[in-house]
Amino acid sequence: MIRFVTALTLTLLTALPARATVEITPVTSPGGIEAWLVEDQSIPFLALEIRFKGGASLDLPGKRGATYFMTGMLNEGAGDMDARAYAARAEALAAEFDFDVFDDSLSISARFLTENRDEAVAHLRTALIDTRFDDDAIERVRAQILQIIEGDSKDPSEIASSAFNTLAFGPDHPYGSAREGTAESVSAITRDDLIAAKYRAIARDRIYVGAAGDITGPELGLLLDEVFADLPETGAPLPDPAPYTLTPGSTVIDFPTPQSVAVFGHRGLTRDDPDFLAAYILNTVMGGSGFSSRLMDSVREERGLTYGIGSYLVPKDYGELYMGQFSSDNNRIAEAIDVVKDEWRRLAEDGLTEKELADAKLFLTGAYPLRFDGNGRIANIMVGMQIDDLGLDYIPTRNDKIRAVTLEEINAVAARLLDPDELRFVVVGQPEGIEGTN
Amino acid sequence: MRALSAAFLTGLIGIWASAALAAQNVSSFTLDNGLKLVVIEDHRAAAVTHMVWYRAGAADEPPGKSGIAHFLEHLLFQGTDDLAPGEFSEIVRANGGSGNAFTSWDYTGYFQRVAADRLGLMMQMEADRMRDLRLLEEEVLPERQVILEERSQRIDNNAGGLFSEQRRAALYLNHPYGTPIIGWRHEIEGLTKQDARDFYDEFYAPNNAIVVVAGDVYPEDALALAQEYYGVLAPNPDLKPRARPQEPPAIAERRVMFSDPRVASPYVIREYSAPERNPGAQDEPAALTILAGLLGGNSQTSVLGRKLQFETEAAVYTSAFYSGLALDSGSFGLLVVPSTGRTLAEAEADMDRVIAEFMAEGVDPEQFERIKMQIRAADIYERDSVQGLARRYGAALSSGLTLDDIAAWPAALTAVTPEDVMAAAERVFDKRQSVTGYLMRQDAPQAEVSQ
Repeated sequence: MIRFVTALTLTLLTALPARATVEITPVTSPGGIEAWLVEDQSIPFLALEIRFKGGASLDLPGKRGATYFMTGMLNEGAGDMDARAYAARAEALAAEFDFDVFDDSLSISARFLTENRDEAVAHLRTALIDTRFDDDAIERVRAQILQIIEGDSKDPSEIASSAFNTLAFGPDHPYGSAREGTAESVSAITRDDLIAAKYRAIARDRIYVGAAGDITGPELGLLLDEVFADLPETGAPLPDPAPYTLTPGSTVIDFPTPQSVAVFGHRGLTRDDPDFLAAYILNTVMGGSGFSSRLMDSVREERGLTYGIGSYLVPKDYGELYMGQFSSDNNRIAEAIDVVKDEWRRLAEDGLTEKELADAKLFLTGAYPLRFDGNGRIANIMVGMQIDDLGLDYIPTRNDKIRAVTLEEINAVAARLLDPDELRFVVVGQPEGIEGTN
Repeated sequence: MRALSAAFLTGLIGIWASAALAAQNVSSFTLDNGLKLVVIEDHRAAAVTHMVWYRAGAADEPPGKSGIAHFLEHLLFQGTDDLAPGEFSEIVRANGGSGNAFTSWDYTGYFQRVAADRLGLMMQMEADRMRDLRLLEEEVLPERQVILEERSQRIDNNAGGLFSEQRRAALYLNHPYGTPIIGWRHEIEGLTKQDARDFYDEFYAPNNAIVVVAGDVYPEDALALAQEYYGVLAPNPDLKPRARPQEPPAIAERRVMFSDPRVASPYVIREYSAPERNPGAQDEPAALTILAGLLGGNSQTSVLGRKLQFETEAAVYTSAFYSGLALDSGSFGLLVVPSTGRTLAEAEADMDRVIAEFMAEGVDPEQFERIKMQIRAADIYERDSVQGLARRYGAALSSGLTLDDIAAWPAALTAVTPEDVMAAAERVFDKRQSVTGYLMRQDAPQAEVSQ
């Protein structure tokens, strides 16, 4: 034991965690598009992360799934290339373009080699500007989406999340239903709906860009104008705030499987809440990733009731939750739920200990610089920072902000945020000893 | 876009991953006690990944003890004479690091990612638990419950997981590759502390370990630390060569039919036994790697995708894949998810038709060139993730390959000709060495919701 105590103490005294050494250069293109750049010429490629704010929540009433469907069409043919020619061209360039859509944004993750950058950028531009929406491609993607929807309807974890979201945000706000849409809504979406969804979601008034790798600022400026100059100036108005319709209790969804999945939660905090950072530290102790959270200790380590349990703050742009998830065999999940409620109550009433806070700060401040490992990761982090309005000085000051949070502040937010009597549990499986409640 | 393929192996990224850095970035050493050290330098960030790989996995388990390699992997976090249960992870976290472990048929691995100046501490702790593990009954039993829950989550709650387990058991008649890594449930339930102890005593020793250090570290510094912490450990002089029961000649085509009410998309999947990468002998695996890319690497441009998703609308998804990184045997697979309304028998006929046409038509030269370009680009892209590189080196070395084999792999891929691909296809597409599986939907009553 002694050897380790010595080593650990020595480490704490002498070595502050590594400083994040990422140097961000803000770039504004001649045409007025802004981006953050981390230039690194050691590997001859560029990682580009693009977000359009709004995403799947821009679906019109009755057209649920249109934005998701449209996103799937972006690499299904553009300009004079049909879907296969488009894919063959990207393959020949060894360039990668991933299009994805989330509740609050549409994202493009791209990487391409320096040696054929101009061709790769032209390819991306064509996908965004001259999307073809060929009828045969529409039907092919529609069939794939219908299979995904069918698959989700047989996946206990997806069933639980979807039911929870409907309870939390109501059936009318986009947050309350799956962004893929339903079999009924997707079957009814037309080519015109897809084109309309594209104009709603992809526009110059909502672009965020992070770039990392082998490119200079002026070169990046030209690239941005090449890709974005011909997009429409404005898209659809951003969504309205979602209502909070969650009530406390338990929902059981019968599903023939040996292990139940539970999704649980209650009201959360917005990303710009002054207490957000304190709540983030609080959650690290409650159920943050890793082995020593309170939930992992009490549900997994002490009792062996699950393989894994986690909790997370979910600050969507128009509605916020505090949630968690785990799986336990059908005959043990009732006990696991009781343990979760006990932990919720204990942390709400007694707060953190000084040691837990110190450990959490040490972990969070030490782990932060390790995130910046690779061009793709860096581009991704930078785009998130811009969307969250964190400012260029966030990286060098973030750890100081973590260290400055006091036990009193955290315990105040614990009392404000955590409420075991407000929790709703959605359980999918054939759990023993759990009654559904209204 | 979430691909339909999420559950079906590789996307494009990583298919060609070859782990071939310029030689000046990789160094290797062997300590007097037999421990092998590999250092991969990347000074872009002040972080380091530290991994310990044991040449022992699920295929090294004694009969009747399936799951013990994986159970032991969990128990390695329980403590030593110097560390209390759970303290290993606490120290990693307290230093801002993250870490975890994994088990496969041929290896068990442990890793941490930390600030570069914590490398010594990580080595100190890994060296400690390489020889001084302490197992307590009161810690072992709850952990066995955890791995039973893990089995529920990964396999039993998932029709595709159960199906895969059954197919694999049919593919291997005699080799332990047919036993699931996590173990059969009835055997996990009987695993004991002594079983874990026996496996640990046999396999956890410096002469059976490979340490990979990747990131902001210089080889001479890593070597000095490794000598200080690992160099003092005693090797296991009784360590035996890795000799598992081998397969008899495959003479009978096998079929696995599985129905489950939780199946959303029925599909047909066929796996053939195939040669694996061996020291100094990687030409055939290289040809099979490219064959998989041509047939089903990218469903928009591949042969299966073109014929079944574009020229006809017989399928919603297709794929081909090759697993060649293994000590004893590889496999080559084909997958067809039929369109709504088509049966699995029709999907299998589609699969057979595409193979027959490919054998007659040969390799499309343009597609072949595109794949060669992807192989060259992979050499550049993979340098962006030093963690990924560390993992590929560790997996290759603990699957029986050498650093020379790793270095030679990109050249082996580049040297493949269309003729090589066709010859490899001729050899692998022999149904007598295959298992064809149907995953079928069994209709179930509608889910009921009670509030």
